[in-house]
Amino acid sequence: MQRLIFLCAILYCISTDTTAQDCNITFKGRIIDFHDKTPIFGASIVVLNLNRYATSNIDGVFKINNLCKGKIIIEVKHISCETKQITIDIDKKINKDIYLEHHLEELNEVILKANTKTEQSSIEQSIKKAVIEQFTDKSLGDALKTISGVSALSTGNSIVKPMIHGLHSSRLLIINNNVRMYDQEWGDEHAPNIDINASDRIDVIKGANTLKYGSDAIGGLILLRPKKYAIKDSLFGSTLASFNSNGLGGNLNSEIIKTYNSGYYTKIQMNYRQFGDFQAPNYNLTNSGIKSLNGSVQFGYNSFEKGFDAYYSYVNNQFGILQSSHIGNVNDLVNAINSQQPRVLEDFSYTINVPKQSIVHHLGKIEAYKRYKGFGKLTVQYDFQINRRKEFDLRRGDLKNTPVIDLRLFTTSIQPNLQIDYFDDLKINTGLLFRYQQNDAISGTGTSPLIPDFDKFDAGIYAIGNYNLSETTEISAGFRYDFSDINARKEYNVTDWQETYNYDELFPEFENGEIMGTDIPTNPRFTYHNISASLGLSKKFDNNMQLLANYGLASRVPNPSELFSDGLHHSAARIETGLLTISKEIANKFVLSLEKNNSDFGFIISPYYKHIAGFIQLIPIGITTTIRGAFPVWEYNQVKAQIFGIDIDVNKKISDNFSYSGSLSLLQGDNLTDDIPLIHMPAANFSNRVSYVNANLNQLTISLSQKTSLQQKRYPDYNFFTYNATLQENVFVDISSTPSNYSLFGLHTSAVFKFFNKGSLKLEFNIENMFNVSYREHLNRLRYFTDDLGRNYNLKLKINY
Amino acid sequence: MKITNTIKITRLLALLFISVLTFTACSDDDDDHDHDSEEELITTVRYTLTNSNDIVTLTFSDPDGEGGNDGTYAVSGNLTANMTYTGIVELLNETESPAEDITEEVKAEADEHEFFYTSDVSGLAIAKTDTDGNGNPLGVETSLTTATAGSGTLTVILKHEPTKPNDGSSTSAGGSTDVEVIFNITVQ
Repeated sequence: MQRLIFLCAILYCISTDTTAQDCNITFKGRIIDFHDKTPIFGASIVVLNLNRYATSNIDGVFKINNLCKGKIIIEVKHISCETKQITIDIDKKINKDIYLEHHLEELNEVILKANTKTEQSSIEQSIKKAVIEQFTDKSLGDALKTISGVSALSTGNSIVKPMIHGLHSSRLLIINNNVRMYDQEWGDEHAPNIDINASDRIDVIKGANTLKYGSDAIGGLILLRPKKYAIKDSLFGSTLASFNSNGLGGNLNSEIIKTYNSGYYTKIQMNYRQFGDFQAPNYNLTNSGIKSLNGSVQFGYNSFEKGFDAYYSYVNNQFGILQSSHIGNVNDLVNAINSQQPRVLEDFSYTINVPKQSIVHHLGKIEAYKRYKGFGKLTVQYDFQINRRKEFDLRRGDLKNTPVIDLRLFTTSIQPNLQIDYFDDLKINTGLLFRYQQNDAISGTGTSPLIPDFDKFDAGIYAIGNYNLSETTEISAGFRYDFSDINARKEYNVTDWQETYNYDELFPEFENGEIMGTDIPTNPRFTYHNISASLGLSKKFDNNMQLLANYGLASRVPNPSELFSDGLHHSAARIETGLLTISKEIANKFVLSLEKNNSDFGFIISPYYKHIAGFIQLIPIGITTTIRGAFPVWEYNQVKAQIFGIDIDVNKKISDNFSYSGSLSLLQGDNLTDDIPLIHMPAANFSNRVSYVNANLNQLTISLSQKTSLQQKRYPDYNFFTYNATLQENVFVDISSTPSNYSLFGLHTSAVFKFFNKGSLKLEFNIENMFNVSYREHLNRLRYFTDDLGRNYNLKLKINY
Repeated sequence: MKITNTIKITRLLALLFISVLTFTACSDDDDDHDHDSEEELITTVRYTLTNSNDIVTLTFSDPDGEGGNDGTYAVSGNLTANMTYTGIVELLNETESPAEDITEEVKAEADEHEFFYTSDVSGLAIAKTDTDGNGNPLGVETSLTTATAGSGTLTVILKHEPTKPNDGSSTSAGGSTDVEVIFNITVQ
């Protein structure tokens, strides 16, 4: 019965003609939980226009005596619920079952206080709107780095890919407004095409509760969630402007929201971002500018029993890539590594020249739901995405303005989901997925495509159960099966097909026609069956302590680049080769989390261990001679790997105004097959922040932060020698050694000023890299060429209206 | 009433999405067999040295481009000591028929390109005899002078977007390397 405390009330009413006759009608009602049809005790019922009261008894029954015919309004209240009113015709009905509903938190963000996790036993951390706004002019990857255990693989400072526990790209699922992002995410230099300003909250799920979205979340899951709006008549919005001294650019974001009492709502959001060349402490980073235009529209209807949500977002990004990172061969790379600064240093400019990336991403979805009494909620979602990626490189003649890579990926899916909440202690979530994907390597680039045309079909089914063992203990278990079929069309070099990789014997069925010159047309086709599972346990203790344990089995099918990529990668000066023999990756992961959630003192201690069989990695295997000189050949291979570590977060209130927060992430990755460290693993890092907040003085906030990243001493040694034709000797190519430790300090200040009655103005002034430290981060792919960013002064202005 | 509205709107939106889907799925997607040829590919570097009837050609050829078979070197004969040769370099894409002359593209963008020649054969000197529009050396045309007999290597490098003018060394000129081939030669 205790759970009834959380139950909320709705309304219902009675009316009679005012042609008053007898005033002795008794209205008898019963208040019932919508979900499991159990009676609700202790709801208060008020007949507003008669000033009469009643309370539901243990059977949920209440009576109101001596009612006349006439219109009356009933108000039903229950603890922690929003009060509502409805009119009912009492003339026709004097008995009424009134269904109450305890899912109001989904309807109304105002009461969203208690648990907001995706699942009770999920090990996850979130960043809220306030933090997202701090990163309004940066990327998703930058914002997520504030979470312990999350780092980033970047290409310069604008192309930033989030990494959870050292895993990124295809091993992370990014769910944008309940749609899984497909934006050529396999590429190391392909940042997620997401405008973080469109979301209200971002959750990072490190544990195993990811089955709803896919079977391949080996690293984890990133969930971007829009805001749920209160059901009331309102019109509000905000405008946020940001300006930065580094890159002489910034961001302008505006959103406007209209909500109605009827449950309808609509939101429009727009965002424009532009930067010129950024600066390292000692020089300009020529051609590192950004131009970005984003927008989203949302429209929906929200009521308890049914509703829908339609969403469309447009992201258009143009990223300049450091000009000095375009190199021709290994000797150019050696020159870059040995020189202290980039080879091209020009004056500041907003112009974005080659090399550059230009990406447009469309995402649309419509979701509709209906609840069934005593059963649950059925949701159906349809979505589509179109991703068009163009990469421009330094070229000659007529091809100057032609992209070297031009890919269009179209994805569409339909997902019915059923949430069964009929049982008191057991919640079941189950669903189906059908997805179709088409990749088109657009012709006209004058190069053979990096990844080929393919069609991919996925189908999946999952079921997750959450069971309350006791008041303090909950367990969850889930299972998922996925089927994938990929059907590609690619021309292989005959020598590669027949001799280098022996595909003519391994995959004779893929050959699709006669050899033409040096090429053979093929039609590689693969099907995969994936099984994944999760187990979770959460146990609450006194003192706001909670222990969570997760086990997950995840499997991932190889991505297109792991299977098919074949060609020269300019900024890395290497030839990258995918292999048709690559099979799927299977991971077993264990995550624990001990959490204390208290405003005075809280912490999260979360150790984890992952074992990955068939871990796909790209490593150098030899040297090939081309007309441009020598190149190392990097090939995908599969090894047994393990990754383990611990994430620690602490927050402590020092006094009324002062507070401290800190975090520490330690991680080790091992290639167990070769008994060496795994490549590209984040180094140990820790951060500290001391904040002063004065709520009485315009919410004045001043905080000082520090973040230190230690040198990664554990790395596989893939250094090699190459012949330098100019020097006429062998030179050492040090591609593996990592840059040294660095510490960055930052200052953040903000204050809020009220104006008129509802509006407010928030002013923010920040300094990043306060001491203008020159540093290089080993997970930045441009670290061979340049230092990272220098000091930045940032000014933000946000108006709420 | 409201519910009917909702259903209507839902249907309308579903229809909209499906039409978007149909539209995008049908648009410029009929290039099912789009396998572009490598238009910028350089398969062949030929350095021809001429002194009246004494013609020596140094050829690097990699007809299937990067990957596949490695390229091969061919040197037609030995150079004669104490002689001056006129040198011409040619870059060809022989996957096309007739072969595409990439040298023409380089000449057209002479200010963005430069060839560099080095050799460890004692006394062998190579001077660039042509210039770009700004009067800086280009290096498609050269003059090669041999001294005493000996053998060693001769390297031809083409840089795209080097610093111009420069001190004559490919390393300090920077830029990105489009061609780097190393021939074994003998002077007798």
